[in-house]
Amino acid sequence: MLAIDAAILDAIVAHARRDHPDEACGVVAGPAGEGEPTRHIPMANAERSSTFYRFDAMEQLRVWREMDDLDEEPVVIYHSHTATEAYPSRTDRNLAAEPGAHYLLVSTRDPEITEIRSFRIVDGAVTEEPVQVVNATVDSMAVQSYMFGQSPAAVDYECRA
Amino acid sequence: MAIEVRVPTILRTHTNGQKVVEGAGDTIADLLGDLDARHPGLRARLVTDDGSLHRFVNVYINDEDVRFLGALDAKVSDGDTVTILPAVAGGALGVAVAGGALGVVAAAAVLTRR
Repeated sequence: MLAIDAAILDAIVAHARRDHPDEACGVVAGPAGEGEPTRHIPMANAERSSTFYRFDAMEQLRVWREMDDLDEEPVVIYHSHTATEAYPSRTDRNLAAEPGAHYLLVSTRDPEITEIRSFRIVDGAVTEEPVQVVNATVDSMAVQSYMFGQSPAAVDYECRA
Repeated sequence: MAIEVRVPTILRTHTNGQKVVEGAGDTIADLLGDLDARHPGLRARLVTDDGSLHRFVNVYINDEDVRFLGALDAKVSDGDTVTILPAVAGGALGVAVAGGALGVVAAAAVLTRR
């Protein structure tokens, strides 16, 4: 399961919406070995494409060194799909090279509803996992909903303004 | 003095879990050959059958991307730090990606054949 702070998830969704129709991508780093995503790092999509993303190589070196220095690891690697579902494509599966990371996908194909799903991708094999939003404050005036693509037993719905 | 090589998690199966190894050579190609003698299989994860650097692997000498320094022919010297990072890439377009990815080349080949 991926447990992620509501503020970080909001920032990821905002990044995906801002870059739409291009794919957005980034990392959430966290203390090595603990599995808790604590530091959101939006990355540039060097491809500037609506169908492909790649971290800029120099930015990646800088960010990976920074994580190393802080004894962090990439806990979450996220990107958006702007016209399709939030499910790893064949390209995503073939290129996933961080077996320890949660691969978070955000679909911005619907302007009103943001679809968020999380996966482990190991040796090209995809396993979906539940997403739990922590520290969320429920707003009674909520107008936007996130849809998590999970079995009913594992769904966490959050409503927010 | 030697060349310090920083190895990403996914390749540490070849280095007994070590994050940093040392090697020697005048170019990246020499260095990878030298490393492969002590860490078998490492080179094949980075270099394609036709002898070029995998498209989805980033290799840096100190602060520079070797793609701008001559790729496998890039010169290295004692005291340099070489960093290997798998590219973080993907996307909605479900086409087969030439070259495969670091560490999942076999899986990619299987998927392509289906």
